[in-house]
Parts: sequence; structure tokens; C-alpha cells
Amino acid sequence: MPDPRTPLRWRALAVQALLILALAALAYLAASNAAQKLARQGIVAGFGFLGRPAGFDIGQSLIPYAAATATYLDAFLVGLLNTLLVSGLAIGIATGLGFAVGIARRAENPLLRAFAAAYVELFRNLPLLLQLLVWYVAVRVALPPASDPAALGQAAFLSQRGLFLPRPDFWGSAAAVPLAFGIGLAAVWLLVQARGRAVALGKKPGPVLSLSALLCLGLPALAWIGLALAGHPVPVAWPVRGPYDIEGGLAVRPEFAALLIGLSTYSAAFIAEIVRAGLDSVAQGQREAAAALSLSRAQALRLVVLPQAMRVIVPPLTSQYLNITKNSSLAVLIGYPDLVHVFMGTVLNQTNQAVEVVSLTMAVYLTLSLVTALVMNRYNARVAGSRA
Amino acid sequence: MRVVRPQAALPPKAALPPKAALLLGLALLVPLPASAEPAPAERTLAQVKARGHLVCGVSPGVAGFSVPDGQGRWTGLDVDFCRALAAAIFDDPQAVRFIPQSSAARFTALQSGEIDVLARNTTWTLSRDTAAMNFPAITFYDGQGFLVRKSLGITAVKGLDRATICLQQGTTTELNLADWFRTRGLTYRVVTFANSEQTLGAYESGRCDAYSTDQSSLYGERLKTAHPDEHVILEEAISKEPFAPGVRQGDDQWRDLVAWTHYAMLDAEEAGIGQANVARMRDDAPSPDVRRILGLEGAYGERLGLTADWVFRIVRHVGNYGDSFARNLGDATPLKIPRGRNALWNQGGLQYGPPIR
Repeated sequence: MPDPRTPLRWRALAVQALLILALAALAYLAASNAAQKLARQGIVAGFGFLGRPAGFDIGQSLIPYAAATATYLDAFLVGLLNTLLVSGLAIGIATGLGFAVGIARRAENPLLRAFAAAYVELFRNLPLLLQLLVWYVAVRVALPPASDPAALGQAAFLSQRGLFLPRPDFWGSAAAVPLAFGIGLAAVWLLVQARGRAVALGKKPGPVLSLSALLCLGLPALAWIGLALAGHPVPVAWPVRGPYDIEGGLAVRPEFAALLIGLSTYSAAFIAEIVRAGLDSVAQGQREAAAALSLSRAQALRLVVLPQAMRVIVPPLTSQYLNITKNSSLAVLIGYPDLVHVFMGTVLNQTNQAVEVVSLTMAVYLTLSLVTALVMNRYNARVAGSRA
Repeated sequence: MRVVRPQAALPPKAALPPKAALLLGLALLVPLPASAEPAPAERTLAQVKARGHLVCGVSPGVAGFSVPDGQGRWTGLDVDFCRALAAAIFDDPQAVRFIPQSSAARFTALQSGEIDVLARNTTWTLSRDTAAMNFPAITFYDGQGFLVRKSLGITAVKGLDRATICLQQGTTTELNLADWFRTRGLTYRVVTFANSEQTLGAYESGRCDAYSTDQSSLYGERLKTAHPDEHVILEEAISKEPFAPGVRQGDDQWRDLVAWTHYAMLDAEEAGIGQANVARMRDDAPSPDVRRILGLEGAYGERLGLTADWVFRIVRHVGNYGDSFARNLGDATPLKIPRGRNALWNQGGLQYGPPIR
């Protein structure tokens, strides 16, 4: 029976405040208990251990890392960058593949439809871990042994140890090449904006696609040739045969390849289903109207159907992106040194700083997920707003 | 011990505030770990004799060290050590109960008195030695080694310069490897996995040139490959991993008995007393050395709390160290571990038994 003198609102607030107090007390109790136990085990709490020398090597690293000088913080960064690299690329590939398969499921060609359906059912219904192990074994079995790699002249090699390519070194004056690429990208962005305005005004847009390709590839190529003519050629590290393995150049390791392929193909199956649902959500009348305007099927898809489908596609797509980042932690089972492998594995074992290591790892995944969600939500607001 | 702590905490004259008195009372009520049990220390041998059998903590399954065979009988070098202890005490190598211990639970099991001795390929380190246990003698000298393909044709670890090495992560293996290569100015590439199956699989498929872990485990891992003959374990080790049985601190009699059981097996081997000839040697003991070892002269067994014929019992039932090594690890077994560092000191090894006299 609600007391008429105390408004319901205040009572609810009081109950909630009590609940929060109780939770805070519980958290405090747990924290002080943990601190006591750690002290008894002689473990110093805090993040000071990050500055201590790590002393172990890591197989794949995007930044210079040597056991002699590296700290645990460096090991953390190596793991973090490896996680970012594989998740970022997997998100890109899974999106492209997922959209292609999703659209193929609604294609006219029955063979294509059947193929897309088979793809989705196969990759969606097997555990990801199993798929990763299969990819990893397949990559190793299918490729030639390290002693006898497949070679493309002296420029590229492929073996069980990885794919080895020449690596241009873009430091110093050679930075002009990536700079030219950046300028090309900026120009393409301006082109796309201009094209949007032209379409809105009912004008016929220029050949945007070929122009974009020319800008993005031509400008860096020009810079490359220019540097060579000016006597400052871009230095290139070529892969060479060593006593055991190909050395130098850019190496794509089988652990990375297996993880990237596994994550991308698995998530693409889910994204394909999301895209199919999005396409189905667009009323049939829209397609008919597009056909009546004598738009081709491809034009109808690109200009009429997909923009409307995006409203339905983007929110569940965000969840898939978050899943890809989190699933990348399965790397630990196929030997790819991601954050969980390096930090929660080796570093945790060596330092025994379980609370700090686990909470830092959790904070990283939480941050990555929140940033992804933030970006996708802003994008969603745009596509949802553009429905008119 | 229970008295010392409160006294130290008390200012001599000051009257106790009621709260402090209460805390003190509580502190007295809570038993301190060291005095919790009425000292299993000092009396392990008496307890074992009264119980009628030894309780021995072993590893749940390491080929050659402790594994149950087809009939469920425990076999292995560590198992033989426990049987030798039982033979010395009871003249019966079967008077042992084996309790498999996980690596996490093993030290607690010893300290709580659940087991009398821990014979579980445990590496003797300073931190373990000072943490409430003792390591009486080194029963097996192990070290971190390398499994490589014979076809590589390398004999020393430095031949692995610029090679790719597979490892299981989370052990000191990673640190030993980095230190060893770094101090010699050599380089290598590492691929680490979470478990040993993945590591071996990667090595066998050709992803790595070598697989590195403790040598004693590598012999077992080699057996799991499709063609064990095509792989070889390099003799060189890059770390020291001395395996030693563990006993509780504070029981010198038991510690001596465990140490001398191992030394007796070494001394017997050095004197040429084996399982095959021990009876004949006793009836026709050639030298005073052998007579002392077999208890025909002096009263050495009694000093350990045993009978004079304690070594005779060990060798008759279990054999000398060489017998046990050959039976569990040597060339006659699938493991084919060479004696190497575990040969007797006068044959180029490190196993050295102090004299029984």
C-alpha cells in the first residue's frame, strides 16, 4: 500500500539508492579481500610491472620489438596492434564478402542463389574454433615446405612459413608515396561529394569510378617514378633465401592468414543473412518503381534498394563487427600473437599480476567495442536519416 | 610459535584496550598454518611404519617417469624411487599408495601431510626450496632441449641460428630461449601455442625447424610423431632443470632417508651391485665396500631408522639406479633416453652418491 504522504517517486529512488549502496559495499568488500590475498601471496598490486623488461620474443610484430630491450608495455602494444590489424582487415573482408553473398542470395540466377545459400549454411553452422583449426591445418598442408618454396622469380615466395613479398620502406623522402596516396584519397572524396551534388541537381555525373582509380593509383605511381628520377628511389627490402627460411621483405605468416580467413568467412555468412534481411525489408513496389523508371537491375539495387535496406542492415552489422573483434581472441589456439595470446598468456604467467592484466585486457576490448559501436551508430544515424 | 606472535605485538606495560584484547583473543583462536597440525614433521618415518605403507605423490602421466601400465600398475623412474623407499622400510615394493598430483596441487598435498614424499619430476629451485619443503637429492638432471629433424644434420643448438622454433607458451621456456640466443648473438623466430598438441602438430607439419621444451618431455613427444626415427633430440641443454623428490621441512630423519635411498641406488650401481647379481654378491661379497653397502659390516641402516640390509632390499626389489633407468627410460624402452648427464660421475655424468660408511 503506497503511503499517500511519501510520493512513489521518492520511495523508488530510496530503494535504488540502497541497492547502489549495497552493490558498492559488495564491490569494496571484494576489492579489499582481493588486495589482502594478493598481499599475502607477496604480489605487488599496480601497473608498475608494465615497465619491467619482458625478456621473451614474439613471432609477429608491427612495431620493432626485441626481447633484449622490450618491456611488458611493449609486449602489450605488440599484442594490441596485432589484434587491431587482424580485426580491422577481417571486418573489411567480411563486409565485402557478406554483402556479395547476401545480394547473391536474392539474385536471378538460381545457381548463384544456391551457391550463396550453401555458403551461408556451411560457414554459419560450424563452430568458429573448428573452422580456425581446419584453416590453420589446411594452410600448412596445402603449401610447399620451407625448404622448397614456390617462387615468383626472386621477388615473392610462398611456403608453409608464409607468403613473402618485397617491402617498400616509406621513411624519409619515400614518404612522398603514401602522401600522394592520401592526396588521391582526398581528391576522390571531393569527387564523390561533387557527384552527389550533380545527381541532386539532375545533371549527368562524370566518370567517377575510373577517375578515382586513376587518382589513387596514378598519384603514388607518379611520386614513385619522380623519386627514382630525382635520385632518391624508394628503398625496397627484398625477400631472400636464408639457411632455414625466407628472410627479409614482408612476411604474411600462416597463423595470421588462417585467423584472417577464418574470421572473415565465418562472419561473412552472418553478414550475408543480415544483408538478405535488409533487402527483403524493402517493399517490392520500390523495385517495380525503379524498373518503371527504366533503371537497370544493378542501378535499382545501388540507387533504390540498398540505401533503404541499410536502415535495417546497419544495427545488426555493428554487432557482427563487435563479434569479429572479440572472436579474434581465439588466435591463442592457432599461435597468432594477439592481445590475449601475448598479454593474458605469457605476460600473465610471468608476472602473476592477474588482476591488472585481466582488467587491462577487458578495458581494451570494451574500448574497441564502444568505439566501433559509436562509429557505426553515427553512420546509422546518417543512413536512417537519409531515407527520404 | 603461537606464543611468540602475541607477545611481540604487546607493549609491555600498556593496558589492553578492550577492542585489542578481543582481536588478540581472535588471533589466538585462529590456528597459524605452521602449527595447525601437531607436527607431521619429525615423525614421518614412524607414521609410515605405523600406517604400513608409504603415500607417494606422482605425476598423473609422464612417459618413463610415472604412468600406469596396462594392468593399472604404476611404472617409471619416479615410481621406482617410491618403491625403493618402500622396499627399504617394509622389504615390500608394493607397500606404496600412489596419488597422482596436478602441478598446481602438488606442494599443498605435501605440506598438508596428504603425501609423505613428492616424486613428481619437480624442478628444484631456490624459491621452492625455501617455501616450506626440502629437496634431498637430484634423481634426474633435465634441461630445456630441442627436437629437430635428423635431415637437418645439426648437432648443436647454435646450428639453429635463424631457425623457426615452436614452443608452448606460459613457461620459463620462452625466457630461457630468448636469453640463450641473445647472449650468443644468434637470432631465431618463435611460434608459441597454448597447448602441447598444437605445438607438436605445428612442428611436425614443417611450420617450425625445432620444438623446444624439457628434454625428458621431448622424448615422449618424439614418440607421438608419425615417424619417431626421423627426429632427434639434441644432446645440449640450454637450462638446468634438476628433478628432485620433495619432503616437508623439519624432519631431518625422513629427509636423510629419502636422500640416502637415491644415493644407495647410485652406490650400488657404482659398486657393480645390480638386481641380477645382488643375492650372489651378498653370499660372496668381494670387497669391504660391497660388504658395507649390503649391511654385512657396520650398522648403517640402523642410523637411518631402518634395518642393516636396507640397500639389499632396495636392489633386490627395485634394482640400482642404472637398472631403473634402463627399465624406464633407456635404450630398451621406446623413449630411448641416453644416460648423458645422468650417468655416474665416474662415467662422465653428474650422478654422485656419497659413500656409505
